[in-house]
Amino acid sequence: MSDPSSINGGACVAMVGKDCVAIACDLRLGMQALTISNNFPKVFQYGDVFLGLTGLATDVNTVSDLFRYKTNMYRLREERPIAPRTMANLVSSSLYERRFGPYFVSPVVAGLDPKTSKPFICGFDSIGCIDFAKDFIVSGTASDQLFGICEGLWEADLEPDDLFETISQALLNAVDRDALSGWGAHVYIIEKDKVTKRLLKGRQD
Amino acid sequence: MAAMFSQNPLMNGPHYATTDAPKTNDFREHRFYPYTDNGGSTLAISGADFTVMAGDTRHTSGYSINSRMEPKLFKIGGTTADQHDATIVLSVCGFAADGNALRDQLDTICKIYRYRHGKAMSANACAKRLSTILYGKRFFPYYVHAMLGGIDEEGKGVVYSYDPVGSYERETCRAAGAAGSLIMPFLDNQVNFKNQYAPGSGVGHNLQERERRPLLLNEVETVVKDAFDGAAERHIEVGDSLQLLILTKDGIEEKFLPLKKD
Amino acid sequence: MPGFDFSNYNRNAALHAQGMPLPKATSTGTTIVGCIFDGGVVIAADTRATSGPIVADKNCEKLHYIAPQIWCAGAGTAADTEFTTALISSQLELHAMSTGRKPRVVTCMTMLKQHLFRYQGHIGAYLVVAGVDPTGTHLFTVHAHGSTDKLPYVTMGSGSLAAMSVFESKWKAELTQEEAVELASQAILAGIWNDLGSGSNVDVAVITPEKTTLKRNLIKPNEKVPKQQSYKFARGTTAVLNEKIIKKSEIGRYVSVQEVPLESDKMEVDS
Repeated sequence: MSDPSSINGGACVAMVGKDCVAIACDLRLGMQALTISNNFPKVFQYGDVFLGLTGLATDVNTVSDLFRYKTNMYRLREERPIAPRTMANLVSSSLYERRFGPYFVSPVVAGLDPKTSKPFICGFDSIGCIDFAKDFIVSGTASDQLFGICEGLWEADLEPDDLFETISQALLNAVDRDALSGWGAHVYIIEKDKVTKRLLKGRQD
Repeated sequence: MAAMFSQNPLMNGPHYATTDAPKTNDFREHRFYPYTDNGGSTLAISGADFTVMAGDTRHTSGYSINSRMEPKLFKIGGTTADQHDATIVLSVCGFAADGNALRDQLDTICKIYRYRHGKAMSANACAKRLSTILYGKRFFPYYVHAMLGGIDEEGKGVVYSYDPVGSYERETCRAAGAAGSLIMPFLDNQVNFKNQYAPGSGVGHNLQERERRPLLLNEVETVVKDAFDGAAERHIEVGDSLQLLILTKDGIEEKFLPLKKD
Repeated sequence: MPGFDFSNYNRNAALHAQGMPLPKATSTGTTIVGCIFDGGVVIAADTRATSGPIVADKNCEKLHYIAPQIWCAGAGTAADTEFTTALISSQLELHAMSTGRKPRVVTCMTMLKQHLFRYQGHIGAYLVVAGVDPTGTHLFTVHAHGSTDKLPYVTMGSGSLAAMSVFESKWKAELTQEEAVELASQAILAGIWNDLGSGSNVDVAVITPEKTTLKRNLIKPNEKVPKQQSYKFARGTTAVLNEKIIKKSEIGRYVSVQEVPLESDKMEVDS
């Protein structure tokens, strides 16, 4: 049996731009080297907050459903949508609760602060340690590749359209060097007044 | 044993309860493992009439730095020990002791070739010979990812990259070593323009790929420096100094640039 | 008490028995130090968080708040240091409120060690606890298995040997605040340069009977060098197959909100 977090494969990346954030994921679902599906998105939207989940696919499904439930309950109780920073702490404590039997996922949170409209991104390990970053967050089986290319391509204060090109190129080129990720990609560009979702053309091999 | 007495939390690993799953090995075989990983990364790009080879100069074991100036790139096959008239460069990363042994062996072979034939070895002949040397140790390999750079008979830059047992290929660019996986996608994108299309040349699947053109020497140097700065930021085993070797028909120019030292 | 949920434990133990490796947790392969001076205590840390050989966070915070005058530097499994200190901080706050006294450093240290001992080292938190309370200035280390030390100068983490070499050669019994901050910073820098698990910046916290001063990124010797060129792409470089835009102003197409007329002014109430 191999490492649970690299059985199904997948990659996710989030980036900060000028008054906007972007989050993107690949679409592959595999079992070791065999590809099962080329339509398995790993970014989930809860109101204005976006959650990317890579790792073991069964846990990706479980955790995405769990946070749909938790964010819905939050909205009903608080009568307002959850803010990205609140979401980050919710994800962190929910994962740490399972410190001795973790979900094999490494989540990424992205969104704009509802009050200040400031970009917010953060990442987690599988037991809930938060990584606050001002530039980019990566996760998944292509995380090494993503770290390298993001460090090369990313720059501060990119406009939404430029941020889209940068995050897309980072993701596509990273997954092309990872056998377990790829097969197309979804990219979300989140601005104050709109969200743009794009399907990218990527290698199908 | 070291881990048992170490107060270093990293050596003891993250303490998940699952580490205590029952194990049934009552006997332990005595093992001798003659390899170590000395970290570091190398990179090579071939251009129209030049080849650029680069590598960091940090030499590590575990979490320690053994040396901040231990170059991984070697000029091969010159007439003298200082290699002032060499035309070929060998880069090795992985197990440094094997790298040095490989360099000495290949250099000796190139020198004997020069003595016997009265001329320097060509890049492709040297490349084939290196493959033979590596395969010669098929069952006790040199634990290195080697690359060979030079200028071919037509005057074009060449890069050959090898696996530890001698399988090799001529490539336009290659990153190897600890941060090879970090640098390679960046090279694909910036040297071979992978995944880039010509804006406005079509819609959806009809979009035309961006035209490929060989990079100029100053463009390559820029990409190499930025690639290594990125790798030094994100990989703990990469840093200290960047050794740059620029091979042209006129010879080899060597430069050292600073990298992050933490 | 943390309510740990063990419901995935059996699944993961079964997977582990089949030879599954453990997931990589972010660990603060760290240099942390503490040093007492005349009139207070100083603790310091580097800011690198690693996942294997990769730097996960270049500027993380390893100095944790426990109480206004008690702070903690953490090494080991990052999530464990974060949550263990938060848990003890919360309990200590409640304890301080119920007793009506300022919390003491020994209390904090005892709570930490009892908590960690109960988990037999499985909670991988290695801590330096420092603070000033009505009984004086205190400095402790707490190991993941629950053992503790009380010393005038301490180091922990993967860079502890590099940092201790600075203390062992430069420490003296009577230090001023400035000298202590300088000594602690130099110890952290020794870890930053010579230990691969440590890096980036130096954070320092100075605790005196009057106040605590957190000097975040006191020394920044590893600023990223500017790139040689911009790697901005021409717009339209990426091939897009499909695009969907949802505008906030057009959200009414998906959701409509209507005011409910309040004509029958009396609400229906149970009689």
